[in-house]
Amino acid sequence: MNTENTFRLDGKDIPFKKGDTIMDAALRAGEYIPHLCHNPEFKPHGSCRLCVVDVNGRHQASCTLPAEAGMEVDNSSDAIRQRRELLLQMLFVEGNHTCPACEKSGACQLQAVAYYIGMLSPHLTHFFPKRSIDASHPDIVFYHNRCILCGLCVRASEQVDRKSVFAISGRGIDSKLVFNSPDGKLGGSELEFTDKAVEVCPVGAIMPKHLGYETPVGQRLYDTKPISVVGDVAAHSKPEKPFISDKSHE
Amino acid sequence: MTSALETAENPESLKRIVIEPLTRVEGHGKVTLLQGKNRNIRQARLHITEFRGFEKFIQGRPYWELPVLVQRLCGICPVSHHLAAAKATDMIVGATELTPTAEKIRRLMHYGQTLQSHALHFFHLCSPDLLFGFDDEVRHRNIVGVIEDSPEIATQGVMMRKYGQEIIRVTSGKRVHGTGAIPGGINKGLSREEVDYLRKDIAQNLSWAQTAVELVKKVFYEELDYHMDFARIDTSMMSMVNDDGSFELYHGGLRARDSLGKEIFDHIDYTNYTEYLRESVKDWSYMKFPFIKARGEEEGWYRVGPLARVNNCDFFSTPLAEAQRQEFKSLGDGLPVQSTMAYHWARLIETLHCAEAIAELLEDPDLMGKDLRTKGELQSVGTGVIEAPRGTLFHHYEIDGDGIVSKASLIVSTTNNNQAMNESIRKVANQYLDGKRLSEALLNQVEVAIRAYDPCLSCATHAIGKMPMELNLVDAGGQLVDRLEKRTTGQIDRTI
Repeated sequence: MNTENTFRLDGKDIPFKKGDTIMDAALRAGEYIPHLCHNPEFKPHGSCRLCVVDVNGRHQASCTLPAEAGMEVDNSSDAIRQRRELLLQMLFVEGNHTCPACEKSGACQLQAVAYYIGMLSPHLTHFFPKRSIDASHPDIVFYHNRCILCGLCVRASEQVDRKSVFAISGRGIDSKLVFNSPDGKLGGSELEFTDKAVEVCPVGAIMPKHLGYETPVGQRLYDTKPISVVGDVAAHSKPEKPFISDKSHE
Repeated sequence: MTSALETAENPESLKRIVIEPLTRVEGHGKVTLLQGKNRNIRQARLHITEFRGFEKFIQGRPYWELPVLVQRLCGICPVSHHLAAAKATDMIVGATELTPTAEKIRRLMHYGQTLQSHALHFFHLCSPDLLFGFDDEVRHRNIVGVIEDSPEIATQGVMMRKYGQEIIRVTSGKRVHGTGAIPGGINKGLSREEVDYLRKDIAQNLSWAQTAVELVKKVFYEELDYHMDFARIDTSMMSMVNDDGSFELYHGGLRARDSLGKEIFDHIDYTNYTEYLRESVKDWSYMKFPFIKARGEEEGWYRVGPLARVNNCDFFSTPLAEAQRQEFKSLGDGLPVQSTMAYHWARLIETLHCAEAIAELLEDPDLMGKDLRTKGELQSVGTGVIEAPRGTLFHHYEIDGDGIVSKASLIVSTTNNNQAMNESIRKVANQYLDGKRLSEALLNQVEVAIRAYDPCLSCATHAIGKMPMELNLVDAGGQLVDRLEKRTTGQIDRTI
């Protein structure tokens, strides 16, 4: 193996191309690094921190760190796994993620990553924040309870849809997703159910309206295989035609 | 008429006996008895000590979540809530008629859950009383005692329950809290392999269901007069029936008959149930008290569940259950059978009917159909009613223009029987406890009366904002600083 174009990930040589991040090269080589805010179609965000790996003794986000020859990358030690589990624990209690009744359950990237890491239940104190549901759009509903602020919809709307419907507003614990519309509601925005921004949501925050639990238990994305084999939600999602439009209710 | 034992005068001067927790029932409840001079029973009440509040917290949720979300209020018969909510959301999406595959899969799921729920109740919860006697030693009077003394009966109960749970798993994906029914239909039909898997054991279950009816009849006949009279109250009864008057669990009109079997209403469209039923609240219970509007609060309470259904229907569509119904009806000599203990008998006739209905359905190719869903114009109101194992179950929802639930009302099966359960324990208290030194065996008779109804107490407490409440503000020295009292009307008064 030519060490000038490889780095070592958990003892394996991973080839990379110029401009690759560790994440890019690892995924291409079939090595899974847990992540939520990363999507190869968009610029790296580096915000969820789940993909942090140990590089030559330092913790670095693999989705933003350019690969370099000779790097020693630890993606699977107990310390890294524990760090990721703590991040997941915080994500779960910071929002209201009620998996048992959520229609995204079984096809949710947050849930699938948690299973992959080995987190089976929340251990931290729940915040139980009071967050609303924006159902003002005729075909799409937004659940603030489930949003993990990964920014994928923001990037998709800006970079692919060219609409900039979404933005993250506020700081720290007060951060929230906001919509670019006159009344601040999703219904007043330019969002359409065929938009890329709707497809890329890794959790159950952006969902088609009037639909839920369409896929039987046992046939959902992560029911039989782990996320390390199946891949991201976005790689499998396709726009669903509205079952019913609110327009018929008017 | 409600019993004089509902509320005693000067309760502070009476001795209070509490049965808590009630055992071998679903959920958490207690019974309080007030004893006066000469150990006379002066007051007897059934209290539900937990609070669920689903009517309130599903407000603000999207309607399409309801069938999956609301079933979480119960772990014993969640399919009942799943299907009642699904029927309500069928109305909301304008699905006036389901596809044959969707309706038959839902029916199969419902028969499976009724079979497992009834088996659980009879074998696990009640057979110790019936097989060993109400006064058997408490350490023996339980399912472990049944396993030791009659392992074949205990095994039969476990296996019947397992079969019902397997039907639920195959039709909804999980044994508890699956996702099969969705607004306008279902999310999957069955495969040939799944049908064959369920067909494999149906003959055995049908045979066990027949044996179970014979067993309960044998027990009942052994002390016929006692069982006919124990906790007996003469009441009106309400249930769902088919258009032809036959027994129905999934979809039909409502029928109510008075204690003599005279019609109060019949074949009414359940979406108009508020024209026929009302609910009252009492300041000592978290569970509401429904009554038939035309007969008023005092006279209008009624019973639901197996006893009401088997009494009210004109016939069963399946032959074995129909033969059993005819024998059952002969107990009443032309009048409705009012024995509270006959609930057990009726419940096992229903179990037999479910096994027969499952056997029929498993021969139906529609189960493997691909046409799963219908829809129409979106509506703002949806009402779904089914006969749950424990009785008639009402789900009513209203949604706003965005599809968000703005109002929810649930009349859960056990709630319908609230007054009746209270009256039954008063009957027992009057007849068997009055003037006696109370022992565990005597107190168990109160529980036996409640168990006959198979109450699901956790399902039944949802009214919020109507419960009386007293809030005391006490300073560090224990001095009462302020007190607010909330009335059943919602009015709040400062009472210091």
